[in-house]
This record gives sequence, structure tokens and C-alpha cells, in this order.
Amino acid sequence: MKTYYSPEDLSKFPTIGEGAPELWKKFSEWYGAVFAEGALSEREKALIALAVAHAVQCPYCIDAYTQTCLEKGSNEEQMTEAVHVAAAIRGGASLVHGVQMKNAAKKVSL
Amino acid sequence: MDNLNPFDISLSKSALYPLTATGITIFQVNVGRLCNQLCKHCHVDAGPDRKEVMQKNTMEACLDIIEKTDIPTIDITGGAPEMNPNFRWFIKEFRKRGRHVMVRSNLTILAEPDYKDLPEFFAENKVEVIASFPHYLEQTLDRQRGNGVFKKSIEALKQLNSIGYGKQDSGHVLNLVYNPAGAFLSPSQKALEADYKREMLKRYGIIFNNLYTITNMPIGRFFNYLNSSENYTSYMEKIILSYNPTAASLVMCRYTLSVGWDGSLYDCDFNQMLGMKVNHGAPSHIKAFDIARLCNRQIVTGIHCYGCTAGGGSSCGGAVT
Ligand code: SF4
Ligand code: SF4
Repeated sequence: MKTYYSPEDLSKFPTIGEGAPELWKKFSEWYGAVFAEGALSEREKALIALAVAHAVQCPYCIDAYTQTCLEKGSNEEQMTEAVHVAAAIRGGASLVHGVQMKNAAKKVSL
Repeated sequence: MDNLNPFDISLSKSALYPLTATGITIFQVNVGRLCNQLCKHCHVDAGPDRKEVMQKNTMEACLDIIEKTDIPTIDITGGAPEMNPNFRWFIKEFRKRGRHVMVRSNLTILAEPDYKDLPEFFAENKVEVIASFPHYLEQTLDRQRGNGVFKKSIEALKQLNSIGYGKQDSGHVLNLVYNPAGAFLSPSQKALEADYKREMLKRYGIIFNNLYTITNMPIGRFFNYLNSSENYTSYMEKIILSYNPTAASLVMCRYTLSVGWDGSLYDCDFNQMLGMKVNHGAPSHIKAFDIARLCNRQIVTGIHCYGCTAGGGSSCGGAVT
């Protein structure tokens, strides 16, 4: 193993089912249902997935959902805005914890 | 199953082997590989230096066939078909014979000095214009077709609109063609058409009739791109895994015949670019044209055919399902 991540590994995802086939089956069915057209369109769901993929920084998901977004008809402007949403929430989440810092500082200060 | 290519095996599994034509309703003529552009996705490998251009005697042979048959629709393609010196004459002759004529235009040619009056010519001859316009964002389109192509295309579309093209009930039909700007499949044609209509009107004030989504075929310059970008294997896996039996039953070769610049006959424009002529006992040149044998001919297939059967399917008229 030369690197931890390799693009070829994405297609090996189903091999995770080998150790626990029943759990894999349940996961696959649930996953499929999650991304099916519902109250949100398949395209909206793919854009959310793309944003989350950036928030969790999963290279497999970024690769897969970039392609899915393009295949669902999203354009690069929309996809870039989705990544900004992920980045804004990550940045905002760090920053808002500054309130905890202030609380903690206040607690130990005269 | 001996000697069957993987596509034929897929066809067998969906009870479609051997794939046969069901008739000929579209007579597609490729009048040459000469083009003013050099697009990265081009399956024809067309460009300004190509010398293969259909001669007038071959065009006359095409007209002769049309006279003897009742094939209703003529689909003229290239290269940039407008660059064939006999292009206008050819269209007028088909119209005299009462046939519906479609022209596949790259739009930018309409901005060139010798071709500026073509929109009026199209309107006078009731030509249906099928225009390449692979994205409504300038950056995405130019990446695929070359710098400045987007702006020229917008000008041509505005001119076509100004004489009634794209207006409902004007009788002047303008259809746009989308193809993915890379190694991925097309979105749903219906959903993308709605996006295109909204964005084209909002951003540029342009209207059109229908959007056709077309899959990039793994041949020609797109094949070279797939190889050099190391996308070939994953792209082929994608189109093979997306094989759709319903789309396979509706592939365009079942109702189209494609004529090459030298009069050779092919099941489709893709086979034409691969040099795979009509076979299985049917005539492979216009000189030996035999409508009865061509109408139910067996189609010549290859691994590239998966491009026509992936997902919603793909044809010169867009998705097939
Ligand atoms: S895709 Fe069309 S416009 Fe582009 S080079 Fe090929 S024939 Fe010319
Ligand atoms: S590539 Fe040509 S022969 Fe093959 S399925 Fe498509 S239209 Fe038919």
C-alpha cells in the first residue's frame, strides 16, 4: 500500500459487504432510498452530498458527487456555491466556538 | 455466443441480438469533414485541414435515391456542412422533392463572412436547424469548443431568433444540442431543457424549441481525450454499467441510414468515423443502393455502441427514452 487513498478503491466499496452482508444490504437499500427523488429532487440531494463531502473531506465522495452533480445537470457556478456553503458552515462553526473561549476566559478572569 | 463482441452479448441478454433495422425514416448525409472548428469532443475529427468533401456526383446519387424512395427526412451533417460548395443547391433539391431537411450547424460558421445570409436561406427553405450549444455558461462551452466560440454562437442564435427561429408556431424549428463537457453522462434531457430555456432567456434573451442531450462517444478526438486524461477505463465502465435495454431497442441506426462523403453507407455517423460500413449482406455503397435489403439490414456493432444505450440513451435526436 503506497498511499492511503486510491481512485480505484472507490469501486471496491461493495467489498465492505463481505464481512457483514446483511448490514451492507440494509445500508445499500437505505442509501438508494435517501438519494431517490422525493420532497427534494435528485439534483438538490446531489448538491447537498457534494457540500457534505467537502465538510467531511472525503476524496471518494468528492469525486463521486462531483460527477453526479454534473450528471444531474448542476453547473460549476452552483457546485462552487455548494462548496462555499460547506466552507462557511465549517468556518462559522469554528468561529462561533469563540464564544466558548470568551466564556472560559471570563470564568477564570477577575 | 462465439465471436460476439461485449455489446452483442448485452443485446442477446435483452433479446435484441441480432440488432436489425426496422426501416429508414432518416437519410443522414455527411457532406464532409471540413470544419472551421476543432472541438475537443469531436467524434468526426473534423477541422480546417480535412480534405474529405462530398462531390456533386455523389450528391446527385443521393437525390436519385430520394426520388426512388419515400424516406421523409434528410439530416445533413459534417464537419461544418455549410462549407461544402454545393450545400445550398443540395438542400434546394431535397426541398423540391418535398423532403423535410435538417441541418446540423456549429453556429460559428454563420458568423463567417461568406455565410452570414444562411439563416435567411434556412428560413426560406424551411430547414430545421439543429445547433451545437453544449452549455449555457461561456467558460464551460469555450473549454470544449475553443475560445470565443460562445460569443459567436450567441450572435448566431440571436440572428436565428430575429427571423423567427425558435418561436413556437413560426414553422422555423431551432433545436439545441448539449453534450457533456467531459467524461460523464448527460443529465435528464427534460430537466436540462427546462434549465436551458430558463437560463438562455434570462441571461441572453434567446429562445429555442427543444434541447437534445447527446452522450460523447468513445471515438475520434473524444477517444484521444479519454486516453490522455486517463479517463478511458472509468468512462467505458460507466457506459457499460449504464446499459439500458429499452434504450437499446430504440437506437437510431434502426431507422437511420448514414451516407459518407464518398458515397459509402453506414449504420450511423459513429460507425462512419470508425470506417465500419454496412455489412451482413446489405450494400455498402450508394451505387449499389437497395432499399429492400437496407431496410431490414443487420446493424454492425462495436463496443462504442454502449454510448447509445447508456441511461436514457442517446441519438442524433437526443435521449431515446
Ligand atoms: S464537433 Fe462539430 S463543430 Fe466541432 S470540430 Fe467537430 S464537426 Fe466541427
Ligand atoms: S453506435 Fe451506431 S450502430 Fe452502434 S448502437 Fe449507436 S447508432 Fe447503432
